[in-house]
Amino acid sequence: MLSFLDRSHTIAKPGFSRWMVPPAALCVHLCIGQAYAFSVFNLPMTKLLGITKSTPADWKLTELGWIFSIAIFFLGVSSAVFGRWVEEGGPRRAMFTAALCWAGGFFVSAIGVYAHNLWLIYLGYGVLGGIALGIGYISPVSTLIKWFPDRPGMATGMAIMGFGGGAFIASPLSVWLMSKFSTATHIGVAETFIVLGIVYFFFMIVGSVIVRVPAPGWRPAGYTPPVAARGLITNNDVFVYDALKTPQFWLIWWILCLNVTAGIGVLGQASAMSQEMFPGHITPVAAAGFVGLMSLFNMGGRFFWASTSDYIGRRNTYFVFMVLGFLLYCTVPYTGAVGSVVGFVCCFLVIISMYGGGFATVPAYLRDMFGTRYVGAIHGLLLTAWSMAGIFGPALVNYIREYNVTHGVPKAQAYNTTMYIMAGLLVIGFICNFFVKAVDARHHMAADDTRGKEPVGAEA
Amino acid sequence: MTTANHEDTTTLQLALAWGFVGIPLAWGVIQTLINAMKLFH
Repeated sequence: MLSFLDRSHTIAKPGFSRWMVPPAALCVHLCIGQAYAFSVFNLPMTKLLGITKSTPADWKLTELGWIFSIAIFFLGVSSAVFGRWVEEGGPRRAMFTAALCWAGGFFVSAIGVYAHNLWLIYLGYGVLGGIALGIGYISPVSTLIKWFPDRPGMATGMAIMGFGGGAFIASPLSVWLMSKFSTATHIGVAETFIVLGIVYFFFMIVGSVIVRVPAPGWRPAGYTPPVAARGLITNNDVFVYDALKTPQFWLIWWILCLNVTAGIGVLGQASAMSQEMFPGHITPVAAAGFVGLMSLFNMGGRFFWASTSDYIGRRNTYFVFMVLGFLLYCTVPYTGAVGSVVGFVCCFLVIISMYGGGFATVPAYLRDMFGTRYVGAIHGLLLTAWSMAGIFGPALVNYIREYNVTHGVPKAQAYNTTMYIMAGLLVIGFICNFFVKAVDARHHMAADDTRGKEPVGAEA
Repeated sequence: MTTANHEDTTTLQLALAWGFVGIPLAWGVIQTLINAMKLFH
């Protein structure tokens, strides 16, 4: 029965439409994108015993914050560790495994809520869920790149847009489910986890059934692959661990890390920052609306910028991120000084679209540099940059603001230094991007290279 | 229609697959947009 999951059983037969693959990818990414909405459970989980208010025996917000951090940590670890297995075992096996881990994580967490044992939630959502995030994130992306050699940016943009959009579904759905399961003496978090686990498992399994890999030698109708390498776009493949020996991998690692650091810090603090920079103008309710608008631009930017990169090139797209981002970050303090709410909002909407765009464009950048054969595994290794940025971005914003406030800087100006530091980070990112050149031919895999199993269907 | 050597994708299959992911996503986007409108009130 498990042979159904093998890569050889997922090779598409003639007549299969490649446009079935993006929905398969979205089935997974929309589900694991729930991670961005996990915070909706934080407050209810601080009152599981006290119901109306927290008791001393209830969990603290600081303890609950670790659940998401552990999950993101294991996302980076699992995508790096299991990347090669995902690439060689095929997308169906990987998506099926991700579905088991994701649903299993919710079920273990539900037991943790029932037993009021936080360690079970760390294990369930944090470890199991984090592994599902890593495997589920890279597998459909790599498959789409192979199906859309003519538009790899657009294809990966669609899937990664789903990861950004998953929270849009999960957040209102979770709130609604909790309201249905809660009573005067009980908060329905555990029941919500169980329902979400079942729904997500079903969705992800549908994705794993639909997904296919292209047959060897397949190419889209009317598409002729270039005979020779064009600029940075190679026709050769680089073995996953050989990619680590190239300066290109580490330059792109830093580009992603710096771009994400610049965005993730303000994403987490957008609500507080907008209210403190414009006291009396942006209310808490309006700030919540601003955060929602940023989420939409984060999602839309993933598709827009990744699709744009198919036309202007990956390197040029990152040049746009770095230059435009630099100008916008330098403009933000000015908008605060002149009290321009519209200017402030517009700056951050564009910045956050480029944050999402950075995530969505990088798989195609890797494909250009290292070929399609191990792009999923190399992408998995690169995601450690995300984990790193997830630690440094919010810390930069929080600690610099705190330092400024304690040293007498008015709250409305407390973020100015951070904005200039973010702009500086993007200058470094620009320099890294400038030095990205084509990978040296000595790193290319020979046609008869036998390292690893032959990933059937990866030649497209 | 699927045979041993052929697997034609029909328009209905494509519509079902895209609807399966598109409808929940559209619902989520609308919910978020309604929330985002508070910025302009």
